[in-house]
Amino acid sequence: MTIGDIVSATPVSEEGPLAVGPEGAKKIEGRSPWKLAFERLRRDRAAIISLVVIFLIVLMAIIAPVFKHLTGHPPNQQYFDIGLTQDGLPRPPNGTFLLGTDDLGRDILVRIAYGARISLLVGVVATFLTVSIGTIIGLAAGYFGKIVDTILSRLIDVMLSIPFLLFAISLASIYHAGLKIVIIVLAIFSWSSVARIVRGQVLSIREREYVEAARSIGSGPWRIMIIDILPNVIAPIIVYTTLLIPVTIVGEATLSFLGVGVQPPTADWGDMIAEAQNNYHAWWFIVFPSIALLIATLAFNIFGDGVRDAFDPRSDRLFS
Amino acid sequence: MVRFLIRRILLGLLVLFLVSVAVFYMFFKLNSSGPASVASRICGKQCNAQQIRAIEERLHLTDPLPQQYWYFLFGYPGEESPNGIPVNHGLLHGDLGYSYINQQSVNSILKDAFPITLSLAIGAAVLWLFMGLASGIWSAIRPRSLLDRTFTFTALFFYSMPTFVLGLVLLLLLYYQLTIHGVSWFPAQGYVAFTDNPASWAQHLLLPWFTLAAVTSAAYTRLTRGSMLDVLGEDYIRTARAKGLTERRVVFRHGLRAALTPIVTQFGIDFGTLLGGAIITERVFGLPGLGFQAVRAITSNDLPIIIGVVVIATTAIVIANLIVDILYAVLDPRVRLH
Repeated sequence: MTIGDIVSATPVSEEGPLAVGPEGAKKIEGRSPWKLAFERLRRDRAAIISLVVIFLIVLMAIIAPVFKHLTGHPPNQQYFDIGLTQDGLPRPPNGTFLLGTDDLGRDILVRIAYGARISLLVGVVATFLTVSIGTIIGLAAGYFGKIVDTILSRLIDVMLSIPFLLFAISLASIYHAGLKIVIIVLAIFSWSSVARIVRGQVLSIREREYVEAARSIGSGPWRIMIIDILPNVIAPIIVYTTLLIPVTIVGEATLSFLGVGVQPPTADWGDMIAEAQNNYHAWWFIVFPSIALLIATLAFNIFGDGVRDAFDPRSDRLFS
Repeated sequence: MVRFLIRRILLGLLVLFLVSVAVFYMFFKLNSSGPASVASRICGKQCNAQQIRAIEERLHLTDPLPQQYWYFLFGYPGEESPNGIPVNHGLLHGDLGYSYINQQSVNSILKDAFPITLSLAIGAAVLWLFMGLASGIWSAIRPRSLLDRTFTFTALFFYSMPTFVLGLVLLLLLYYQLTIHGVSWFPAQGYVAFTDNPASWAQHLLLPWFTLAAVTSAAYTRLTRGSMLDVLGEDYIRTARAKGLTERRVVFRHGLRAALTPIVTQFGIDFGTLLGGAIITERVFGLPGLGFQAVRAITSNDLPIIIGVVVIATTAIVIANLIVDILYAVLDPRVRLH
């Protein structure tokens, strides 16, 4: 999919005969590809519902302290008395702990709300970083061509043949993981696929007349790349970005699950699920954080699919 | 073709070199705990400075990095087995060295772990190819039908499902809940070799296979459906129908054959990646495969094991990519390798 395809596939009637038709005839408004994509997205019920769900998760993350105040349970407070049974086991959902407690007597509901902060923060920031690095490298490789392209393409090949998780775990464990390290590790190992996509797009448009024109009036390479080329490859980048967010959220949770992500006692979904591993008798301990994680990734995936469909209506729609 | 192979093999060796150097660099230069701490961890808590220094010396932990890498490739200098401790002969002699922690040979650790990962990978691959292809083809034959929508939503659901979540939920339902109700069909952990007891082997692997297959097959459903829809719209499919071939023959002989190329590509990459260890599945189900050993080694700074797994994993990915490219040319005669 290229921007050229999108533009040619969309009926742009800015100055067509209808637009200057006789008085009283309804004037047809010129619509940009952006506007068309936006309208298609708005008519997509599944995408809108998932967007609402995403907003709710964001809201939950923002008002996490409200959960703390309403229940009176700070996320890391361990209630050995009221939060655990006499045998020291987690308590099932009840009036005080709506979603039950974990093995240290902490309130699972409050921890899920605080965990949403980590998931969303890492999901959005790491994706943004990934896409930025990938875009810059893809632009440079596609635009400069020749030796620059050869070197960067080989680099992309190498990055794509690295056992990702193995390296991510190694790096995260060496640096005694924290939020910042998790974000950097996720970005370092995922930019290469973005770069490959952007490079392909740039290759297809760098010989267009308007790029030629920009070059002939003396624009520098970076100016051409940012002002002239980037806006024309932005659609696939946006589509890829929305689909990358759920992947990053799962990546963050996976690192936490393996014990090299955000460190305890910080409330984090992956970490909560890891702690629940040997507590099968307390189903709520496993089930509720898992549902939170699944709803988040599902919502982002459905929304991402809608965005893809909106930008490229011919792409066959799988998840309708 | 020969030039293509040579180029790709050289590129593969370059990748291996870069990746192993990166691991060395990460664990020696960047490791904030440093060689002293590695040595003291190996030695145990009751060690004095002299013993720690002896270990550093024996493992050449304080030597400069390029020299250590040289040892890794060509083996340590010096006589065979001083005080009973085996000497690493180097990767080029097929020796990956010895664990820092318990002096076990990395070769033998990996040789024990690999069949487990292989069992997991093959079983899961058969399952996910079947699930993905069947649902994808079915969806493509009747697009937008109820069945299509059901398949596609299921695919999206499992695509969004983190592997460890699915694994743990399956364990909760099919291991724990069944077991407390007196039905123990599925064990929670562990591995039994195929050669010891095939039935028990399959029983231990059933849940891991399904977990891995379910999260992977979603992508195949999507890929197969899209690819088949493209192909089934082609003119030669109409020709095949027009000359009176049965629908089955049209779909499988003419349609699927042409739609297979992107699926083969994806499969090669997925399977190659899996052979380096299915880290999460192995952890959740306690299968001591390559991924399991790698994570354990990483948390204890046991470099020889880590680098051993990294070498195997990277080699598997590189070879898988090469095979995929060759298959590409076999499946699609229009493709020229260069």
